[in-house]
Amino acid sequence: MTLVINGETVAVPDEVKTVGDLLAHFRLENKLCIVEVNVRIIQKHEYGTTALCDGDRVEIVHFVGGG
Amino acid sequence: MNERYSRQQLFAPIGEEGQKKIREKHVVLIGAGALGTGNAEALVRAGIGKLTIIDRDYVEWSNLQRQQLYSEADAKERLPKAIAAKRRLEQINSEVEIEAIVGDAGPEELETIAVKQRPDLWIDATDNFDTRLVINDVAYKYNIPWIYGACVGSYGLSCAFIPNRTPCLYCLLETVPQGGLTCDTAGIISPAVQMVVSYQMAEALKILVEDWSALRGKLVSFDLWTNEYAAIRIDGVKKDGCPTCGRHPSYPFLSYEQRTKTAVLCGRDSVQIRPPARREYDLNEVAELFRRQGLQAEANPYLVSVSLGDKRLVVFRDGRALVHGTKDVQEAKAIYYRYLG
Ligand SMILES: [Zn+2]
Repeated sequence: MTLVINGETVAVPDEVKTVGDLLAHFRLENKLCIVEVNVRIIQKHEYGTTALCDGDRVEIVHFVGGG
Repeated sequence: MNERYSRQQLFAPIGEEGQKKIREKHVVLIGAGALGTGNAEALVRAGIGKLTIIDRDYVEWSNLQRQQLYSEADAKERLPKAIAAKRRLEQINSEVEIEAIVGDAGPEELETIAVKQRPDLWIDATDNFDTRLVINDVAYKYNIPWIYGACVGSYGLSCAFIPNRTPCLYCLLETVPQGGLTCDTAGIISPAVQMVVSYQMAEALKILVEDWSALRGKLVSFDLWTNEYAAIRIDGVKKDGCPTCGRHPSYPFLSYEQRTKTAVLCGRDSVQIRPPARREYDLNEVAELFRRQGLQAEANPYLVSVSLGDKRLVVFRDGRALVHGTKDVQEAKAIYYRYLG
């Protein structure tokens, strides 16, 4: 499947079916993230149930503490 | 027209009117590290009325690579960052009133500033989420905007939080970050700092000239090494039940339980200890006390530093101490009470 992640077209493996899978794929599952799919912010409890489709526009921002 | 600000006034969205507004504003900067010094210099050059800088640390050699207000002399003297920053900022623009606070930005300190000084804006330049959630609560309780900023490596992000206009940081986070998650030891390059400062400062200028419609309204992030960029509109995440910006706020991070007495400093292998009650130490006496025990103590007007084998204890005038060389709160407390109990 091909997604547009943070403005870049990215091919992801077939195992990636949900937002939760996508975060795990990028090893972001333990980071504090905000995820938007097609301009809708996904709540954390919806990660496992929000399915991704070919061409979806995904924005991922992860929080860091340093300053 | 004051020549000094002529180029800023020629910029149409600010103009002469905007410059007058900037001149009347008071900004509180929390943290005087990399983001703090970048924001401070920009705010002071822009000609704000007053800048308050709160920082609990002192200048070290490892700061000089990116903390733009500090010099080698500041690191040699171990000057508190708030003091060193004030000195440099007064050379840059003597028209701006600078208040330096050497201390912790805890709930008590920030609420006192909110009540007594009614600042127009808080800028976050801290290195931890504990303090950010306190800033978030104080900002929404007293209806004062604040601007989040953070960076690590070549990555950074920023967002402006405006009471009554945007959701708050707690709405975005949904959960309270655990200690380890927020500590970054991956290093940092200065362009990532400058990029976050630019995002923070641009939103700050819009807020100071009250051009509310120009605000970005997005959480932005970038990576200057992998060339990525992301932006997410935040207006959709506001939660009615939010303890900070919801319908019945309780401001949980201002409560007594949150007034932590110790904190592990991010990426510094150091623990800060705050005494139960504020005190005013005579630092010469403290230095003398250490020397009588055969220890090597160095003092400046703001702190005393003493070597204890592979550890170092630094005591500030307000009784606060930093124990370097450990991340273990219990061990740090033991050292503190052995010498200052
Ligand atoms: Zn909220």
